[in-house]
Formats: sequence, C-alpha cells, structure tokens
Amino acid sequence: MMNTRFSAIFRKEFRHIFRDPRSLMIAILMPILMIFIYGHAIKFDIKNITLGINDQNRTRASRELIDKFAKSSYFIIAAYPENRQEIENLFQQREIKAAIVIPYDYSEKIKNEFRTKIQVLIDGSDSNTATVIMNYISIIMANVSEELNFQCVRSPIAAESRVWYNPNLESANFIIPGLVAIILMMICALMTSITIAREKETGTLEQILVSPIRPIEIIFGKVLPYVIIAFLDGASIVLAAKILFDIPIAGSLIQLTLLSIFYLYASLSIGVFISTRVKTQQVAMMGALVATILPSLLLSGFIFPIRSMPWLLRIISNVVPAKYYLDIIRGVILKGIGFSYLWHNTLFLFILGTLFLLISVTRFKTKLD
Amino acid sequence: MNHTSVKVQHLTKKFGNFTAVDNISLEVKGGEIFGFLGANGAGKTTTIRMLCGLLRPTSGEAWVNGYSINENSEEIKKNIGYMSQKFSLYNDLTVEENITFYGGIYGLNSSSLKQRREWILEKLNLNDQRRTLTREIPLGWKQRLALGCAILHQPPIIFLDEPTSGVDPISRREFWELINELAQQGTTIFVTTHYMDEAEYCNRLSIMHQGEIITIDSPRTLKKEYDKATIEDVFISLVGKWGIGYKGIREIRNME
Repeated sequence: MMNTRFSAIFRKEFRHIFRDPRSLMIAILMPILMIFIYGHAIKFDIKNITLGINDQNRTRASRELIDKFAKSSYFIIAAYPENRQEIENLFQQREIKAAIVIPYDYSEKIKNEFRTKIQVLIDGSDSNTATVIMNYISIIMANVSEELNFQCVRSPIAAESRVWYNPNLESANFIIPGLVAIILMMICALMTSITIAREKETGTLEQILVSPIRPIEIIFGKVLPYVIIAFLDGASIVLAAKILFDIPIAGSLIQLTLLSIFYLYASLSIGVFISTRVKTQQVAMMGALVATILPSLLLSGFIFPIRSMPWLLRIISNVVPAKYYLDIIRGVILKGIGFSYLWHNTLFLFILGTLFLLISVTRFKTKLD
Repeated sequence: MNHTSVKVQHLTKKFGNFTAVDNISLEVKGGEIFGFLGANGAGKTTTIRMLCGLLRPTSGEAWVNGYSINENSEEIKKNIGYMSQKFSLYNDLTVEENITFYGGIYGLNSSSLKQRREWILEKLNLNDQRRTLTREIPLGWKQRLALGCAILHQPPIIFLDEPTSGVDPISRREFWELINELAQQGTTIFVTTHYMDEAEYCNRLSIMHQGEIITIDSPRTLKKEYDKATIEDVFISLVGKWGIGYKGIREIRNME
C-alpha cells in the first residue's frame, strides 16, 4: 500500500491542511463551539413551568397544596385565574403551560371522605412537554397524598424503582454523547467532501488524472491524513463535553478513543464518497450536511427510538453510522462497558467505512466526461 | 525522427449535438514539434484531452507511442507529459513540493526524484525560489514550473495546451528555448497555441477550425503555398475563406 504514488497524495494532503491554519482552527474549534451551543439549547429537563391556579376552596388545606407547587423548582405560579374563561385566555396567550383547579369542597372531602379530586389542565400542543409536566404533577400529588396519609390509595405492591447508569435522569448525560456523535460525523464528512471537489474546481484533478495514478491511491491518500485531524476533533470534543457539561465518564477513555476511530473512518468515507460524485465544493458541502445531519439526528436513535419506526426506516437506519456509534459512546460513557460488548458495532462501522471507500474507488472517474 | 509518435485516424468527439472534433487524421513523428493552431473553441483542447486519455472519443482511433487511446489509455499515461490550459499546480505548495508531488504520482523513487528535481530546478532557473509558495511566483515562472513537472518522468511525448497564454514575451522565448532543447533530445512535442509567432517555431503546423483540420504542413510550405509573408496572414486568409466572418477574425486578433 505504501507506494510512492499513494504517499505523494498523502503528504500533499497533509501540507494542504497544515498550510491553511484558519481552516485547521475551524476544524478543531467549531466542534467545541457547537457542542457548547447545542448542549445548552437541547434539553429535555423542563424547569420553570408556568402554572395557573384556580383555588375555589380557599382554605388552609388548599393553600398547603399550592405551597407544594410554589416550592418545587419545576413550577412558577404565574397567575391565579378566577374562572374557566380566564384559564382559557391564559393558555391562549401562552402565559401558562398548565393549570390546576382546586374544587370548592376540597378540604371538606379530605376531612370526611379521605379522598378528593383536583383538576389538572395541561397545554398539549407540545406533547413531550405535556407528558413531562403530567409526571411532575403526579409526583407532587403523590407526595401530598402521602403526607395526608391517604393509605387507601396505595396499592398493595409498591414498585420501588431505581434508575441505573443515569440515576438523576439528567438529560444532558443522554444528549451530550449523542451530540458528540452528530457533530463529529458532520465535521468529518464536511472536511473530506470538499477535497476532491476542490481539485475538480481548480483543475488540478485533470493534471493528476493524466498520470498513471490509480483511484485507490487517490482515495486512500486523501482519507488517511484526515483521520488524524478527525482524531484531534474527537478527543477535543469529548474533553469539552466532560468539562462543559460535567458528564461523568464511567468507562475507559482510551477504549472510547480507539473505538471512535472507526466511527471517524466511516464519517470521512461518506465525505469522500460525496466528493467523488459532485463537481463543486458548494454542492459537496450541502451534500455532506444533508447526508450526515438528518440521518444522524433522525435515524440513529439519538432522539427517536428506532424500534418504534416503520420497517422501511428501520432498515435504512442500519447504514447510519451514528446508530452504531451512539451505542458505543453511550455505552462507554454512561454504562462503562467496553470492547467486549461493543465489538460488533465497531466491526459494522469498519465495514460501512470500507464499503463507502470502495464504492468511491470503483465509481471514481479517470475520465473528464 | 523516423518512428511514428502519434497517429490519429478519423477521430471525432461530440458533446450532445455539438461536434467539437470532426473526423480528423494526422501523424506526428518522434522528436517533432507539432503545432495546433486555431481560435478558441476550434477543438484543440478536446483533441489533446482525447490523446491524453482524459476524454473518450465518440468514434475513430488514435495511437500514442503505439498505444491505442480506446483500449490502452492507462498505458498511455505512463508515456506522456501534459500541461493543461489552466494553471494546475498547487498554489499553497512550494515550488519544490510541487515537483516532489508530481514526481511522486508518476512513481519516481526517491533517488531518481531527487536527481530529477535538482536538474529541473537548475534548468528552470528556480533554485532560489525552491522554498517559495507557488502562488507568489510570477505567471511566466509558474508556466515553466508546470512544464518542469510535466517532464519530470522523462516522457517520450509531451502535450502542451496553450502553455504560454498570458505570459510575457521574454518568458515565452525562454519557454520555447526549453521546448526546442527537449525536441532535439528526441521528445515529441504536441503543442496548441494561438500566438502566431510561436506557430513559426513548429516543425509542422495544423490549422484547426470548427472541429476540422483545414491544413497541415510546415510553416514555410504553408506560407509559400498561400503566398503570404507570415503565418498570421495564412491563418486569416484560410479561416476567412472557411467562413469564420468578421467577428471571428477580430476575436483572433484580440487574442494576440
């Protein structure tokens, strides 16, 4: 493999990279900046939910109940609507996300019947948030009931749940590794997607094509230097994730780094594949963004579980490298598992990367038309 | 100067409905400087690209150093040097790095690469600029460097596509001195140009117009045959006769 033609391309590509410090800085700093911005923007923990309370009871008991909500860090009591109409207006003006109606006989029923009902209204236009709010409210209600000793509502078998690997259910611990995967893939594909396209634009590819060089030497000579840059990217972004978001890393960083190389390889290969198919750098960049961000976001299991997708999407998800890498990075970071559990994902990434490179080699045109 | 270096038979290239090269035939001997003269769009570049194995001909056949362009274009690539119309060295590499790169993709091993690199730098008078970024040297020198990169692997045939366009007269003269020297050593030179004075340096000349070769001969014979003092006059009278019209001639004059 290490023939003179391959090493000529390899060395030249290296010079291109390091002679352009601005692009190099972008390649290294952009991922860190992106993880910082997106890491703060994408959160599933919902805090400061605006709550409206219609207290028809107005007793000590009802005020104690309201107090529970006021003291929780999840809710802000934004308004005290007087009637149904006002509640509706508040929802429509988006002043509140949820409302609680405490009936006029609340305290009496507690005293006499040991059971009562309150009405909870939630803005369902954002169904994810609505579900979370519903959960928060039920938890608070359960606590209140316990304090009031409503033994009768307790079921005979109590489930004592304990969450493993992410005990506080911090969404950052779940999201940041996914973001690392997407950002890495995007940067890698972007970097390589423009390499061949650029030479088509400047005309240097024509000069290379009249030489006896073979496509495999061009393609591999162009990918390998970027593996090293991508590796720097990978290391810096994991470090940034740890420092900026305080993600606990349960497994071995060395294992994570080693396994990441295969993901970077697959991502770079996708970029090269795009580069061989298009004529200009602009199209190459657009192609790289579309081909990496959307599938990595939607079909990797980052946000939406793959198992609940229609069968066609489930099949497509098998060629999305991020799907395999998410298992790796979440596995190592959160569960602390290593190669013995993740080798088949790694193998798949290696196969995917090689597949894309081989397609690029066979489809690489040594003619101009 | 005896063996056939390039042989072209009924070569045609169409792009859709447009015929860029229309059934041309010619023969070039080893060590000859063969000139291709014609206006922009006459089909010179398309012909050269087909001979270098960069474009597939629509019909016809050609042999370069004995290899068929239809069947053996990869073999041809080992036997030719090529300088494209557009400057195509890397501006962000130094002079020396460009030479090393092109030596590398032609598979020169490190010792012969080193020897050839020193020879080229000496020959082109670029020794003082060897560590200068290519974007910083003047166009005339860039073109000489491009020629140097094209002959690193000592090919028996060199294709030069408008190698001196935009270059000042002194650099052009130096460039042609180098070409003459190569030809004397037995290298076949296949060159396109639209500089009429350069046409005079060629051993033989073919004038191309709208994809066809309208005449081929030595500059001297052509001038005699058409009874003109310069190749420029020959060219204009020929192309005018073939119906290029006033606008075309003005275009050709502007190019000079």
